[in-house]
Amino acid sequence: MHSRFPGAARAILAAALLALATQAQAVTEIQWWHSMTGALNDRVDEIANKFNASQKDYKVTPIYKGQYDESMTAAIAAYRAGNPPQILQVFEVGTATMMAAKGAVKPVYQLMAEQHEKFDPKGFLGAVYSYYADTAGNLISMPFNSSTQVLYINDDAFKKAGLDPNNPPKTWPEVEKAAEKLKASGATCGFTTGWQSWVQLESFSAWHNVSFANLQNGFGGLGTKLEFNGPVQVKHIQNLGDWAKKGTFTYKGRKDEPLASFTSGECAMITTSSGSYANIKANAKFAWRVATLPYYADVAGAPQNTIIGGATLWVMNQKNPDMYKGIAKFFTFLSSPEVQEKWHSDTGYVPITLGAYDLAKQKGLYTERPGFDIAIKELTNKPPTVNSKGLRLGNFVQIRNIIDEELEAVWSGQKTGKQALDEAVKRGNEQLERFQKANES
Amino acid sequence: MEKRVVFSSPWLPYALIAPQLIITLVFFFWPASQALYQSLLIQDAFASRAQFVWFDNFKDLFNDPRYLASFQVTAVFSVLVAFIGLAVALLLAAFADRVIRGANIYKTLLIWPYAVAAAVAAVLWVFLLNPTLGVLTHLMRALGYNWDYLLNPRQALALIVITAVWKQISYNFLFFLAGLQSIPKSLIEAAAIDGAGPARRFWTIAFPLLSPTTFFLLVVNMVYAFFDTFAIVDAATSGGPVQATAILVFKVYRDGMQALDLSGSAAQSVVLMAIVIALTVIQFRFVEHKVQY
Repeated sequence: MHSRFPGAARAILAAALLALATQAQAVTEIQWWHSMTGALNDRVDEIANKFNASQKDYKVTPIYKGQYDESMTAAIAAYRAGNPPQILQVFEVGTATMMAAKGAVKPVYQLMAEQHEKFDPKGFLGAVYSYYADTAGNLISMPFNSSTQVLYINDDAFKKAGLDPNNPPKTWPEVEKAAEKLKASGATCGFTTGWQSWVQLESFSAWHNVSFANLQNGFGGLGTKLEFNGPVQVKHIQNLGDWAKKGTFTYKGRKDEPLASFTSGECAMITTSSGSYANIKANAKFAWRVATLPYYADVAGAPQNTIIGGATLWVMNQKNPDMYKGIAKFFTFLSSPEVQEKWHSDTGYVPITLGAYDLAKQKGLYTERPGFDIAIKELTNKPPTVNSKGLRLGNFVQIRNIIDEELEAVWSGQKTGKQALDEAVKRGNEQLERFQKANES
Repeated sequence: MEKRVVFSSPWLPYALIAPQLIITLVFFFWPASQALYQSLLIQDAFASRAQFVWFDNFKDLFNDPRYLASFQVTAVFSVLVAFIGLAVALLLAAFADRVIRGANIYKTLLIWPYAVAAAVAAVLWVFLLNPTLGVLTHLMRALGYNWDYLLNPRQALALIVITAVWKQISYNFLFFLAGLQSIPKSLIEAAAIDGAGPARRFWTIAFPLLSPTTFFLLVVNMVYAFFDTFAIVDAATSGGPVQATAILVFKVYRDGMQALDLSGSAAQSVVLMAIVIALTVIQFRFVEHKVQY
């Protein structure tokens, strides 16, 4: 058969067509649904832009989909309609829901192995890695924004009360003494806490190496039962309740609202997220510093390590396998020391890898900002135990609401610490049973 | 003989009401039937597994003493919102009806709050009444009243009632004002000539003639208090302290949208639907008898 085109021309045409085809492939778009607002949103865009500029085959498009619960609902609706995003940012309390959704998500360790991307589990901070790993130690979702709990103190108020800010309270009894002195010096509020369930029960249990729920805090299966009504937790909640009565602890709300009472100077001490660093720096008109989360010295093994909060990136199952290559490459880029160190210093979230931590140290970040590394030191204080690697609980949103309600009953003097925690455990277990029923096939 | 208008084609009347019927079916009956169906299932968030469990979700609900307690909170909240909302709006409308100079400015300003989203309205009031930063909090503390809705259940309820009422007053005001303006001037004037003062004219003439409007607003405000107020609770109190402001619709929203327990949430919305249907029937059967059209 004679062609109208001589061989050489055909070769050129074929090459051109091939080039066109690869050009078309070059715009494989990877959607990244997230919940980061304000300055954090800008940083997310920056990370995606850098990745897009670093290679030609994939384009990561970050899309803000509302708050954590809203973006998760949206992604589930998209999944049910058969068109899920490629990457979804999910808050830590949604972990069990995502893990139970077999067939909807692709575990990160599998993805990285299938795509032959370099992936070193040992390079991650232990407490960050363990929260999102299965019982065999395989990473399920990619850590992204992680923070932990620290104590912030108002130096000026400490000096006024005759306390030494260079020697912040290390234990809970010392916190009480400091709060008493602060009140005596005329402060209206000595101590408050943000995220009460997360700080005063979830991480408190890990920090004192006592169990929050059986079956390894829920990592061991859906049949888990809560047990945070042990003597250590009861004693602490009862103490806080007593302090609330005396006025040394002032309750300021369930979530992040209490932070404003610290930055406004009303409360001189607050235990809350290490991620509040930038906010306090921008708004506090007094000298302040970060200190390590307090503990009870008479509890054996304390302090252990704190647990994290924040969110991870989940890979949704894709019909088009080409997507996986791009997602894996993006994750490699995202966990590189340079990207992580910048994210850490820009936002106050902890770096997820030890390499990024070392890089931040080399750059002198912690001499420039004293106390910025306390969060990492708490997380890496000791290798995580079954009580301190994290929590894996279904219906966790409801369980936190229950804890919030029961704690409020203690702060207002309606219940003792023991009554409230017993009731919270009982009500929480009903939620766990519901979750087990819904997720067991 | 009775005169009847007869359509020439038997299909025309159906065609004419079809758009309304389709909208009602698609947007009201279909979602309601979905809620009914889902309330009998138990399923995970991704709906990858679903079991038919008959009335287990309802059993769980009614075995929970806190769910039963939230009926009481809801009842108190709805009655307060409807009653205060109607009373204040009627008072404002009666005043606005008498204003001669600058009446349009008053009317426009009174309508504004209706344009504010529920969550934004809650945030506005939280700013005024926040225990740490609130302007009104400082004022009350200066007067010796300790305002802290984070731990005081009555104050928390007061906060959400104030917010819900404030947002709904404009709507009630508009209807009351229109109602007042449609009352023939001659009736009022005749009463005035007979020697009735403004208060007497209002209670014996205007108020009875407003009864169709008042009845309509009562139904609308009850439905508003039951269904439309979850954003206020979510933004202001999250249902706390303990459960002092956990009204039924807020729990539907929280369990369904935030906590992804779709079947549990569906069961609650079925219960809520039944309550509102019952309430509306009661209102039409018993309260409507007192209405003079």
